[in-house]
Amino acid sequence: MMPFYVPPEQLVKDRADFARKGVARGRPIIVLRLLPGILLIGENSSPSLRKIGEVYDRIAFAGVGRFNEFETLRVAGVRYADLKGYTYARRDVTGKGLANAYSQTLGQIFGHELKPYEVDIVVAEVGDDIGSDKLFRILFDGTLRDADSFAVLGASEESIAGNVGSSLRDDLSLEEGVRLACAAIEQAEKREIPASDWEVAFLDRSSERRAFRRLTVDELAAARE
Amino acid sequence: MNDREIGIGPLRIGEPIVDGSFLSALQYRGLAPSWQAGSVPEGIIPEATTVLALTWCDGVIMAGDRRATAGNVIAHRRMRKVYPSDEFSVVAISGTAGMAIELIKLFQTELEHYEKIEGTRLSLEGKANFLARLIRGNLPLAFQGLVVIPLFCGFDERTQIGHLYSFDIVGGRYDELSYAATGSGGSEAKSFLKAAWKPDLTREEALALAVEALVAASEEDAATGGPDLRRGIYPSLVLVTEQGVEEIPDEVIEVIAATVMEGRPQ
Repeated sequence: MMPFYVPPEQLVKDRADFARKGVARGRPIIVLRLLPGILLIGENSSPSLRKIGEVYDRIAFAGVGRFNEFETLRVAGVRYADLKGYTYARRDVTGKGLANAYSQTLGQIFGHELKPYEVDIVVAEVGDDIGSDKLFRILFDGTLRDADSFAVLGASEESIAGNVGSSLRDDLSLEEGVRLACAAIEQAEKREIPASDWEVAFLDRSSERRAFRRLTVDELAAARE
Repeated sequence: MNDREIGIGPLRIGEPIVDGSFLSALQYRGLAPSWQAGSVPEGIIPEATTVLALTWCDGVIMAGDRRATAGNVIAHRRMRKVYPSDEFSVVAISGTAGMAIELIKLFQTELEHYEKIEGTRLSLEGKANFLARLIRGNLPLAFQGLVVIPLFCGFDERTQIGHLYSFDIVGGRYDELSYAATGSGGSEAKSFLKAAWKPDLTREEALALAVEALVAASEEDAATGGPDLRRGIYPSLVLVTEQGVEEIPDEVIEVIAATVMEGRPQ
């Protein structure tokens, strides 16, 4: 039997619509450049299934969409970074290299696999000063974007980005950043989110080696007061 | 092009590596470190050492001399043999220096990799067992004279106690309760510690004891270097307590070493 002909434009559009729908269902995550480092924050009621993770010394990962898919990407990224650092030197592991690798991989999957990944991810790399921080946004089809001072992933992306963009400055402290991000999400979602339902991590600029750390529920509550 | 042979290759998903181990990822790519040797002529490969570890009231301490020898020649005067393996453990090496350094690098990467993939650190016993596996993999070379023997210690975050582990060439792993030492000057250091170690040493006592045991070993073993006050070369000292790993700076060790040297018999 002859297969039906589907024009490539239609094929790509259908796949993109499918993936976009999956991503838009994901609970939002905000990644913010702050004076003391980079904040990664989002709603996540599960204490064990993480959406934000450490990749390497100064690099972190955040993903929304299907858990198993972005978790696969996170693990592959950690492995890629550790292999590179072990083979060459720690300073040779860069956010740009990792973002490029993700972009290639997601592009391949989008074009060749049965189903595209329903994910949207960010690779954040903290620099010596706020101007040298890097935020890379990689979409489900491999599109790679250099986000300027913040990135928003997942549901209500546009309204949250509007909320963040209107009050973000270059000189915010960690606590101010936390308050801004929590308010931006709660405002867009029109509900209050309890302290235990946030996942918060921070790439500390002043750290000598592994800059990634998670904020506890108590630290979050204290920052929001 | 076969990227298994030329480098780390692109970011790959869906690899059949289910244990989250960095070593497995290396082996899958054919990149695990390996050495092939027929017979190794004596005196060309830097080796020999004294490294030791002991428990004290707040945790453990690891110490090592800085000399590497190749036959009768001093190959390196400032070699480092004691390395933090993660936030709560330290590893020290004796034996064939080049191989040992590579194995330590692999060990450090494995611990960090596991922590990032699983979101939790390996238990102290798990770390020691993995190190034993690395040494076991090296057995064929050990029989050809390329021996690597580590010493491992750390603070167990679960039981809140400092632990020591010693190893043998077949990858046997042994819990040590009070002190341990290995390397060419290891037995000398051990007999010194046997006489001088006591339970619940203070921090100052533990530091001084570790340095003195190394000095005692260096006085009997030509392949172990004592503190070199003229060149400013001092033994490495690393503590592990509830707060994590703490490397003692040279300025502090200099004072301890000078005091210890003064008290040694002529």
